[in-house]
Amino acid sequence: MTRARTVLLPPALAIVFAALLCAVALLISGDSPVTALRVMVTQVGEGTTAVDIVNSGAIYYIAALAVAIGFQMKLFNIGIEGQYRLAACVAAIVGGALVLPPVVHTLVIIVVAAVVGAVWAGIAALLKAYRGVSEVISTIMLNFIATGLIAFLIRPDSFGVLQGNNISTAPIEPSGHFPGISFGSSGTLFGMVAVAVLLGLGYWFLLNRTRFGFELKASGESPTAATAGGVDARRMVIIALVLSGAVAGLVGLPELLGRDLAYTLTSPQGYGFTGIAVALLGRNHPLGIALGALLWAFLDKSALALDNVGVPREIVLIMQGSVVLSVVIAYEIVRRYELAAEQRRVAAQLRSAAAAEKVAS
Amino acid sequence: MATSAAEFAVELSGITKRFPGVVANDDIHLQVRRGEVHALCGENGAGKSTLMKILYGMQQPDEGTISVNGEHVRFRSPSDAIKAGIGMVHQHFMLADNLTVAENILLGAEGLLGIGGAARRRIAELAGTVGLDVDPRVLVERLGVADRQRVEIIKVLYRGARTVILDEPTAVLVPQEVGELFDTLRAMRSDGFTFLFISHKLDEVRAIADSITVIRRGMSVGTADPASVTSRQLAEMMVGSELPSPETRDSTVTHREALRVEGLELAGESGARPVLTGIDLVVRAGEVLGIAGVEGNGQTELVETIMGMRRASSGTVALAGRDLSHASTLERREAGIGYVPEDRTRHGLLASQPLWANRMLGYQSRPPVSRGGFLGLLDRGAARRDTERIVAEFDVRTPSVDVPAAALSGGNQQKLVVGRELSGDPVLLIASHPTRGVDVGAQAGIWEELRRARARGLAVLLVSADLDELIGLSDRIKVMLRGTLVADADPATVTPEELGAAMTGADGSAEAVV
Repeated sequence: MTRARTVLLPPALAIVFAALLCAVALLISGDSPVTALRVMVTQVGEGTTAVDIVNSGAIYYIAALAVAIGFQMKLFNIGIEGQYRLAACVAAIVGGALVLPPVVHTLVIIVVAAVVGAVWAGIAALLKAYRGVSEVISTIMLNFIATGLIAFLIRPDSFGVLQGNNISTAPIEPSGHFPGISFGSSGTLFGMVAVAVLLGLGYWFLLNRTRFGFELKASGESPTAATAGGVDARRMVIIALVLSGAVAGLVGLPELLGRDLAYTLTSPQGYGFTGIAVALLGRNHPLGIALGALLWAFLDKSALALDNVGVPREIVLIMQGSVVLSVVIAYEIVRRYELAAEQRRVAAQLRSAAAAEKVAS
Repeated sequence: MATSAAEFAVELSGITKRFPGVVANDDIHLQVRRGEVHALCGENGAGKSTLMKILYGMQQPDEGTISVNGEHVRFRSPSDAIKAGIGMVHQHFMLADNLTVAENILLGAEGLLGIGGAARRRIAELAGTVGLDVDPRVLVERLGVADRQRVEIIKVLYRGARTVILDEPTAVLVPQEVGELFDTLRAMRSDGFTFLFISHKLDEVRAIADSITVIRRGMSVGTADPASVTSRQLAEMMVGSELPSPETRDSTVTHREALRVEGLELAGESGARPVLTGIDLVVRAGEVLGIAGVEGNGQTELVETIMGMRRASSGTVALAGRDLSHASTLERREAGIGYVPEDRTRHGLLASQPLWANRMLGYQSRPPVSRGGFLGLLDRGAARRDTERIVAEFDVRTPSVDVPAAALSGGNQQKLVVGRELSGDPVLLIASHPTRGVDVGAQAGIWEELRRARARGLAVLLVSADLDELIGLSDRIKVMLRGTLVADADPATVTPEELGAAMTGADGSAEAVV
């Protein structure tokens, strides 16, 4: 009862608060919040919107899981952006160059992407573990380096191919695609959505059922207590960041293997930063992140629908920003309140137990 | 100036402060006359610090009133207390090493006299008052402990304090420095300053105080006249008659070596002098080896080096004949070392995790918590059942094993930690201040458990600042001073006074303490 309240109340409050804030913003700008809400809800049933939301949600979900792994031990991997883009680029190059039987081809591409993401994050991990360099700084810088590296890799002189006035890597043969599930005119669900679900299950299992997960959480909660409990802090930093990078490496794959089939100059950017917001929204919990990712994707799509009826699309940015901010604040307030209540409850139960003992003796 | 009508500089009446699960202050009365040194005595955890935090405005009392110079006051923050002329010198100094003496004093008080000539003159004047004989332009990092303490006192005087709270001011000082501090306090007393002197060192209290208030278990048990009271009487007031004695009865010492440490050295940080040098010690099965020492003489580092949390620069550590010098902390734990850290909240517990998750800390690789295997699967059911066993056996007062560790009182947290560290048949238990900050009941329980474990053949390395605990529980005592073991003492014959003298490096006579 109290647990459900602790978990569910803050996000509900936050969403209501963010919605109210947006309603006020809409009223000020002279638009009707009711219209906006109706448009946002009805758009889900139109065209490919529903499938698009799930597809985008899966991408955000993987990115947010990568962030959450680091968050568990208070590591802030801002480099998801660079890790997934570089991983997608290299995986596209390798996938386009290889000729392999169907399933194997796809698997190789996935493994390559994970390894590249892990290696890129590994640089920050080693710097942090052996030189004390803040992972925040190093991963931001690695993002810039990744951008430059990608530009270099997809030059026509390197591995790129000129396609009209766009540059891309060589397209991946059909054997390397990840087949999706078609819903006819409603769009096609990326096959990688299933991988995202599996990753979520794996994340939950790792965190709650394995020694590694326990050590990860312990290091995040109290590095000093973890050290005294025999957790090797340096090793944990390296494993957590490398694992985060490996998951980050998969972020670009749903689109690469399900739609684009090659990495181009115009391949999407920004999922890494969205992932940070979604991880915050989901409080690093696998289910919370899933809901957060879907909410985020839903709001993204709403921007287009609102634009069509003349409501400023920026309202969605306000909603996204305020919902993250209010979730963080709401959880912190509820957490403090619950701890104080718990302490009072324990004290009260012990007092009554002691009183009963006295009566009995 | 101050109203001369009021007899008391500070008067606290009926102060009550409750924390979850514990009443820290229960109807405390304290009257401090103007121009006296008033000592506040009590054991660790008796509620002295809470009371002083209330007087200094850091915490608000649930009940009771505070009067300063006869007027009722309510302090919402330390700045209110400072305005009323009350200053506090904390046990742990709050100085910025990279600023000069003058800058430290002026920091945050620039509005009083500016930062120019007027401020300099005032600082020089106050330096004369407290006997600080260094150039105010010198960096604080170059000052010794005694001078830092004087800087702290000047800081509060500069802000206009006439009543100064000194929280355990002698804990960090060597005997000569204690003497000098007392000379300063006496001189300032005749200038009309009032001091509240918090201590549990009875000889010092009797040497300096004009009157004494004793606190026990959050209650003020009475006042005493230092001229007539003996240390023994004071001690009885402090601990009460019902205090369990920590005595171990029959010797259970065997010939089996559990821990052997040889030539252990720990280098200081960045070229500072070594923290530990030439440590040799042996603990046998069924034996309690006590380490006595003034805090900060390397006991913490010794324990953490044996645990593998710090890397020794040379020397060996062997457990039951097996060399562990290069083993990780987890390997040492797996080899059979249990560890009750001196600060359970920093090193012993995960505050927001439930008790059963705390049971796993340090045991995450071993049954019953772990199922082993490549993934290192955890057995949460077994962890929960074993936590319930600890809760029952060690009398941890908690409604269930699902509450977060932070919800328990200090004593119950500590019982949980002790119970955990005695799980899985350890060969050696390293216990650092095992009963610090716990209530008397929990203290007795923990002592009893240590005694029972010793009787089963456990070797215990006991570090404690509580000399009675050390003498009562130990089979042998070694004294630590500036990172080396300087003396041995036989707990059957040694007195706390003799031990105290050895700890401060003075020769073995009781007079040297004061």
